[in-house]
Amino acid sequence: MLRQIEGSAAVAATVACCRPEVICAYPISPQTHIVEGLSRLVKSGELTGCEYINVESEFAAMSVAIGASAAGARAYTATASQGLLFMVEAVYNAAGLGLPIVMTVANRAIGAPINIWNDHSDTMSQRDSGWIQLYAETNQEAADLHVQAFRIAEELSLPVMVCMDGFILTHAYEQVDLPTQEQVDTFLPPMVPRQVLDPDEPVSIGAMVGPEAFAEVRYLAHAKQMQALELIPKVAQDFTRVFGRDSGGLVHPYRCEDAETIVVALGSVLGTIKDVVDEQRAQGLRVGVLGITSFRPFPLEAVRAALSRAARVVVVEKALAVGIGGIVAANVRMALAGIQIHGYTVIAGLGGRPITKASLHELLTRARADDLDELTFLDLDWELVERELRRTREQRRSGPAAENILRDVGIIAARVK
Amino acid sequence: MTTSPIKFYQVGSFAVGNRLLDPQHRSVQSDTGRSNSINSGHRACQGCGEALGARYALDAAMRATDGKLVAVNATGCLEVFSTPYPETSWQIPWLHSLFGNAPAVATGVAAALRAKGREDIRVVGQGGDGGTVDIGFGTLSGMFERNDDVLYICYDNEAYMNTGIQRSGATPPAARTMTTQAVGPNPGNTFGQGKNLPLIAMAHEIPYVATATVAELRDLEAKVEHAMSLRGARYLHVLVPCPLGWGSASGDTIKVARLAKESGIFPVFEAHDGEVSSVSKIRRRVPVEDYLSLQARYAHLFNPTRQDEVIARIQAGADRNIARFGLLDEQTEVAR
Repeated sequence: MLRQIEGSAAVAATVACCRPEVICAYPISPQTHIVEGLSRLVKSGELTGCEYINVESEFAAMSVAIGASAAGARAYTATASQGLLFMVEAVYNAAGLGLPIVMTVANRAIGAPINIWNDHSDTMSQRDSGWIQLYAETNQEAADLHVQAFRIAEELSLPVMVCMDGFILTHAYEQVDLPTQEQVDTFLPPMVPRQVLDPDEPVSIGAMVGPEAFAEVRYLAHAKQMQALELIPKVAQDFTRVFGRDSGGLVHPYRCEDAETIVVALGSVLGTIKDVVDEQRAQGLRVGVLGITSFRPFPLEAVRAALSRAARVVVVEKALAVGIGGIVAANVRMALAGIQIHGYTVIAGLGGRPITKASLHELLTRARADDLDELTFLDLDWELVERELRRTREQRRSGPAAENILRDVGIIAARVK
Repeated sequence: MTTSPIKFYQVGSFAVGNRLLDPQHRSVQSDTGRSNSINSGHRACQGCGEALGARYALDAAMRATDGKLVAVNATGCLEVFSTPYPETSWQIPWLHSLFGNAPAVATGVAAALRAKGREDIRVVGQGGDGGTVDIGFGTLSGMFERNDDVLYICYDNEAYMNTGIQRSGATPPAARTMTTQAVGPNPGNTFGQGKNLPLIAMAHEIPYVATATVAELRDLEAKVEHAMSLRGARYLHVLVPCPLGWGSASGDTIKVARLAKESGIFPVFEAHDGEVSSVSKIRRRVPVEDYLSLQARYAHLFNPTRQDEVIARIQAGADRNIARFGLLDEQTEVAR
C-alpha cells in the first residue's frame, strides 16, 4: 500500500501490523512521533490486544518491556539519545535474559553539549550490549526492518534494535510501501517464547551466575549473534518472497565490483553517497559504496568479500570514539585483517551537521590521491577549533568550550553582551 | 479488612498456626498444603527476617490466588540467597532483572497478562529497602501513579545488607552502618534524614498500603490476603530485622521486630485509598531503649558512655508515631 507518509508514522503503522501486545512509551525527540502514532492506534481500538503504557522514564520503558517479554508478550518500545543511555542497564539486561524485545532508536547525538539532531553516538554506545542492531537506509527499509526484527528476535530469543536516523528519516515525508496486515501475518508467526513466566510450569529467570559458568553464558550470547549472521539473510529472502521487495540483510554493496575506492557507511547517508558514486562513475571513476545494515552481529565475511579487491576504503561514520577515532572503521579493519588496503576514517555528520555531496566529492578526490589523514573530520572548522585550543592554553579558567565556540560563531554573541 | 486478634494465654503471644483454632482461622503457614513458594535450602543467614517475611507473604499470596502468581524480584539479599546458580528456592515463576526496576518489570508482567486475557494470574514485586526506597523509587512511584495491578512488598531491614551494611534512605537516625560509622562527634546515621515510604505510597492514593513486621506473621498473612483481594497498585512494607546488619542475636529476630512495634518506632497500620483505615495498637508499651539495646548498631548509644540525649531524640520519634497513628488504647499495658 503506497503512502506519502512521515517516517515515524510509517514505523508506527508497521509496528502495529506486527501485533505487539505491550508497548511502553516515554517521549524523547526525535522518536516521539512513533509512540504518538501507536498511542492513537491503541486508543482508537484499531490495534487490539495491546497494552499501551505511559512510563515515567526510559529505564522504566525497557524494564516494562522486560517484564512483558518474560511473560510471553510481544513487547516494543522506542527511544533515542539520552533516553537510550538512561535505559542502558536494562538494555544489557534484556539481552542477557534473552528476551525478544524490539526497539526503535531514532538516532540522535549525545550531550553535553545537548544536541537533538542526528548522529549515531547513541546506538554505537550500545554495540556491545548483546542486542542485534539493524540500520535503516530509507523510511521504506525502516518500516520493513521492524517486521524482520520481530521475526529475528523471536526466532533467536534476542532483542533487536532498529536504528533510523533521527529527523532525516523519522521526520521525512516520502513514499513508503506500507506492509499490509495480511502480508505481515504471512511473514511473522505469533510469538512462541523460549521461556515464559507461567504458574503451571514455574521457572526462575535471572538467577545469579558466578565464575563457574559466566564465561560460558557470555560465549553463548556471542554464539547466538553468530547464528543471527545466518538468519538475517534468510529472513530478508523470506521477506522478499512475501513482500516483493529487497530490504534488510547484512550488507548492501553498490557498484563495488570493480571499484578501487569503496566508501563504507550506515544509515540514511548512504543515499547521498550513492548519488556521489553515480556522479563519479559517470566521470569514469571506479568508486563504490558498501552499506552495512547489520552492525551487530558484524558481518566480517560479507564486508571482507565486498572490500577485499579495493585499493582503498573510506569509512564515513556518524560517531566518534573519543581518544581513538572510528568505531565502524575499527570493525571494518578487523574484516580486512591481513589485507593491505589504504583505510581512512572519516567522522562526519556529528550532531546533525549536513553531509553534502560537495564535501563527499572533495573527500573522495583527496582519498583517491591518498591525500587524506587516517582520521579525518569532514568539514571541521579548524579556525574555530584552534581559537579555542589557543584560549585554553593561555587561560586556565577559559570557560566551557561549547559556549566559547558558540560565542565565536556569533549566534549568541548579540545576546551575551 | 476485619480480623480479630486471638490471644493465647498459654504462650502469651499471638501464636501462629495454633491447632486450637478452627481450620479457617489457621495461618497459611500452618497448612501442610502450603506452597513453599521459597523453599528451604536457600542461603539466607540464620535468623534472617527477610527470608521469614518473604516465605509468609508469598505463601499467603499463593493461597489467595489459588497458585496463580508470578513474582518479580529486585536485586538484593532475597535474590542472591535464593538463586545461586544452578540452584533456586523458588517454587513459583520468578523473575529477577535489576536492582532498581522491579516495580516496572512487574508492571510489564501484569500488562502482558492483561493483553493475553490472563488477569487471573497475579503479580507480586518485591525488594529490600535499598531497591525500594532508593534506587527503585522512581519505578515504584510510576507503578503506583498508573495504578498498575501489582502488589509490591518491601522487606525493610533498614540498610543495604547485601553489599555489606551501608546506609539507605530507610536507615534510622543514629544507626551505625558501614557508611554511617559509629565515630566522630555524631556517630551513626544523621537525624532529620530518610523517608517514610508507606506515607509516600499513601500520597499516591493507591487502593491499599499496609505495614507489618515479622513479629506478627498472622497479621502479615492477613494483609497479603487482603491485598490480593484488591486490584490496582498495592504496597506492603514489612519490617524485617537483619541479625548481621543490626548486630542482634539470630534468635532475637522476632523479639526485635516486636519491640520495634511495641515501642512505637515502627507503626503498624493499614490505609485504603490514601487514608489510614486501621492501626495495630501497642499491646505492651516499652521504651525505645529496650529495642535499641538489643542491637550492636546502636551500641555507641550505651558504651562507653550512655548518650541520653540521643536516646531521648529517638524516643521522641517513637512518641510522635504513637500520637500520629494513635497507637495506644485503653488495653495498652505500659512496661515498668
